[in-house]
Parts: sequence; C-alpha cells; structure tokens
Amino acid sequence: MLFGLLCLTFAISHVMPGDPARLAAGPDANQSMVDTLRARYGLDRPLPVQFARYVGGLARGDLGESLRSRNTVRDDLLRYFPNTFELVTLSLLLAVALGVPLGMLSAAYRDTWIDHWTRVVSVSGVALPAFWLGLMLQLLLALYMGWLPLGGRLGLTAAPPAPITHLLFVDAALRGEWRTLGDALAHAVLPVVTLCFPALASILRVNRAEMLETLGQDYIKTARAQGFSGFRVVTRYALRNAMIPTLTMIGLRYGWMLGGTILVETVFDWPGIGLYAVSAAVSSDFQPIMGVTLLIGLNVMLANLLVDLAYGWLDPRIRRPRTT
Amino acid sequence: MSTRALSLDRAAPSAAGTPEWKRYARAYARNASSMAGLAIVAIFLVIAAVGPWIVPYPEDGRGAVHLDAKLQPPSRAHWFGTDEVGNDVYTRVVLGARVSLQIGLIITVLAALLGVPLGIVAGYLRGAAGELIMRITDVFLSVPALVLALAVVGALGPGILNAMLALALVWWPGYVRLVQGKTLALAQETYVEAARAGGAGRLRIVLLHILPNCVSPIVVKVSMDMGSAILAAASLGFIGLGAQPPYPEWGAMISHGRNYLPTWWWYSAFPGLAIYFTVLGFNLVGDGLRDLLDPKSRG
Repeated sequence: MLFGLLCLTFAISHVMPGDPARLAAGPDANQSMVDTLRARYGLDRPLPVQFARYVGGLARGDLGESLRSRNTVRDDLLRYFPNTFELVTLSLLLAVALGVPLGMLSAAYRDTWIDHWTRVVSVSGVALPAFWLGLMLQLLLALYMGWLPLGGRLGLTAAPPAPITHLLFVDAALRGEWRTLGDALAHAVLPVVTLCFPALASILRVNRAEMLETLGQDYIKTARAQGFSGFRVVTRYALRNAMIPTLTMIGLRYGWMLGGTILVETVFDWPGIGLYAVSAAVSSDFQPIMGVTLLIGLNVMLANLLVDLAYGWLDPRIRRPRTT
Repeated sequence: MSTRALSLDRAAPSAAGTPEWKRYARAYARNASSMAGLAIVAIFLVIAAVGPWIVPYPEDGRGAVHLDAKLQPPSRAHWFGTDEVGNDVYTRVVLGARVSLQIGLIITVLAALLGVPLGIVAGYLRGAAGELIMRITDVFLSVPALVLALAVVGALGPGILNAMLALALVWWPGYVRLVQGKTLALAQETYVEAARAGGAGRLRIVLLHILPNCVSPIVVKVSMDMGSAILAAASLGFIGLGAQPPYPEWGAMISHGRNYLPTWWWYSAFPGLAIYFTVLGFNLVGDGLRDLLDPKSRG
C-alpha cells in the first residue's frame, strides 16, 4: 500500500505531462533556465533512476524544498501539521459526539419532528459547499455579530505558548495559559463547525439507517419483550451493532476531513497543511503539494488500520481477512 | 474496504426482463424528497439548457465591464446585485448552471468509462491483472479526492480543463470498487454458470449477463456523483485552481466575492446557494433511485 502511494505521488510529480521544472521556473523563463532547473531536480534522468532517487530521498526524510518558503518541505510539514491535526481531531470528535446520538434519536423517534429535522441536517450537510458555509458563518457570526474571531489561530495580541507538544491547545493548557487557551478555542469554533458539518451529516445518516435496521431485528424485540427499558435497548443493544457501519463512515470521513482542510483552512486562514498546500499550488510550488499528499495518504492508511482494529473490538466475531 | 464484503453477502440479482417502468415511476413519486430532488434537477437542467437566452445581460457572462454599475445591491434591475466590474451576478449564476452541468457530466462520464471496464476485468477475470487493478484502486482511494486533484492540477497547471481532467482521474476508482464487487457476486450466480456451461464466451457473458445487471448501481452512483463532482470542481475553482475569470463558474465567483465581504455579501452568497441547491437536487435524486433500484445498499 505504502509502495503504491509512493508510486502514485511519483507518477503525478514525474510522469504526468505537466512539467514541474517549467512551472517552477515561471512563465517568463527561457529554455536554458528550465533545463538548469530540470537538471537540478534530476528530472533529466531516466524514470527508474528518478524513482530510486525519489524513494531514497523519502527514506532519509527528504521531501524536497519549498520554492516559496525556502524551507525544506519536511520542516514546513512539521510546523503546520499539528494545527491541521488539532482542527481535524476536534471536528471529528464533534461530528461523532453529535452525529451518533442524533442518528440514534432520529431512529428511535422515527417520523416525528426530531426525525424530520435531523434528516434536513443530514441532506443539507453533504450538499453545502464547506467553503461557502465557512464564509457565511464568518459573515454572520464574525463580521456582523462580532461574536467570534474571523480567522487564524490566535488574536494579534496573544503570544503562543512555548511549545511542548506543538499542539496549541495542549501546550496552552499545560503551561496554564488559560487566556491563550480561551482565545485559541474562540478562534477554533467556526473552522471546527464548518469542517464538522458534512461529516456530522453522513455519520448521522448512516447511524440512523443502521439503527432502524437493527431495531427491527428479533433480538431487539426479545429484549423489549423481556422488559428492558427503551433507553437501555437502544443504547446498549442496538447501538453497538449499528456502530460498525457507522465506524466505517467515521473512518471514511476522517480522510474526507483531511481533504476538507484544504478549503476550510483557506477560508479561515488556519495555518495548517491544507492552507500550505493551497498556497503552494497557486504559486506552482510543487514539492510541498506532493509532501502534503503523501502525508495525508499516510494518515488515511493509519485511520483505516485503526478502524479495522476497532471492528474487532466492537464485534469479536469479526476476524477480517486482510483486504489491503 | 468493506464494499466488497458487503456486496458479496448482500448481493441479489436485479429482476431480469423489462423493467415495469410505470410501477417504478409510481414508487419513486411516492417519496416526497425524491420528487423535490427531481424538481430541482429538472429546473437546473432547463436553466442550463436555455440559460444564455433568458439572462438579462448575456454579455456579462463573457466578462464585460460596466464600472458605473459595480457592486450594486440586489435590485429590480439586478436581482442578485452586481460584482466588482459591474457584471450582473444573476446572469453569471444562471450561466454557471451550464458550466456546472458540463463539469459534472464530463467528470462522471469519464470516470465511469474508465472505472466500469476495469471493475469488470478485476471482478470477472481476476488473476494478476485483476489483483493489480484493485491494488491501484486502493492506492487512489487512500488519498482524499480533493487532495489528489489538487496535486494533479498542481502538476498540470490551473484551469477548468485541467481541473476536470484531474477530478476524472481521481474519480474512477469508486466505479472500479462498485463494479468489481458486483461482478464478483454476479459471476457466482446460477444463470452465469449456466451460460458458461452452455459454451458462451467471456465477452458474451460480460456483455449480456454481467454488465446489464451492474447498470442500476452504476446509475445510482452516477446521479450521486454528479452532485459531488460539481461540488469538487467548485472547490477547485474556489481555491483558484479551477475555472479562471471571467468564466462564470460558481466556485470561482465565491472566491472573488470573498474579498468583498461583508458589505457586498450578495456577490458570494448567491453562487453558493446555486451550488447548494444543485448538489442537493442530485443527491436527493440519487437517494430516491437507490431506494428504488438498489435497496439493499441503502445506508
């Protein structure tokens, strides 16, 4: 899998008809400048040689250099990834914390007003363009109402805490800088809500559908007949079984969110790898984009692995054959 | 990852023979949200078809400049207001429907043309080629579509054509997964074995027995994907890698309008609503079709 991912990023960066050297050199460059750059990146070598050099470089942690920031991509990613990690983790937690109970409620109170409203949320969530939702939230809550900050991670006057884990929330809490933590949380509200909404919608949707199916099964009827309370039946017996497809969706959505950070970080000026990739892409700075692609691909693989492990924990009958 | 397993144990052959389309249409019409979706899609298609003839200022779609009318709020003359060069936002939103329809169609059709044959090969022939196809599919699926598309557009350079190519290139693995799972299940069916025993060749079995039974899940996926493809292309437009000005593309319009918030909110608000309703329409239609054609995969 990992090898495949390397092949893919290599194919995009080296084999596709686009010419990274020409892009990097800019539209006004003459042929000799392009050739110089091509030689410098080793793009004039045969493809297998290029691939070997590419993989060798990656093995040493060399992801190339950003033309724009003049830093190595590795350093940039190390600096920006913690911000993205915090954004995605908070959004996913919020999406699960809201999506699972809402899906459960919606199924338990099928065809009531609760169900109708949660369904409106679930169909809207996947159709709303995240970047537009973000802009409209900014417009209403930040610009008109002034309740929340517009973007960034901290206000202009706040200094970030001295790094321990490089995770801003954790560091602020560990250092006891509560004002900074509050400021950081206020800055996180809009991006987290924006990123969470589509995921919330699909988690809710899957959980509702699975709960409905599970609630119709015989063992649930038996449990009800034995006099267990409705609450206990729903939360204890039905939810556990409905969680397996829901978990698949959570895993899928984690990957989607990492992609979504590209948009949400752009809207909210959140200094993560999404914004980093976009600024690199619009200035034809190629190496950072490949670095981000690789990093996100690795994260998704890791998430899939965790989901697979969680299946076994939720349902001991599952001894899944290796699928990837 | 789970698709294959699910389709294996849940697969059921679709009803053979001519579909009783009236019965289906009635069943579809019973669902209010499916009908709402159908209405939205119908309106969208009509607007896309006749857009250039019904807009009040056709020249604004090609980037005319009327500086005397710039950034005007919604009014009777300009229903959705005007943008920074005085173009009528309503005109550009209406013209954007055709752009979005083209984008959605091109991406999904290209992806299906690439993915469906590969899925059939992987599912029916299996062997080393099938294994290789599935591994490649897995790799593509391990990177979120938008990230991969960003990387591809980064390599090809920005522009609407490159954005569509990039999205088609990252969209096909979904079809491979779907069709491969379905084909694996169908290949075990008695009627396929009977055809094989009767001496039918591989091509004949695939074309006459397997492909027709894959059609309904493919139709469902295409209708769902139309919405997501439009959304993804608008996202690329928003970050400046898709359609370039003055092309009337919704995502790019929102991106430009963003600089004029909060005072000139209409500039980015209306194109966003257009995206929302269009994607919503296709999703609702997709949901309705799935309940009808492929109820076992509901979820």
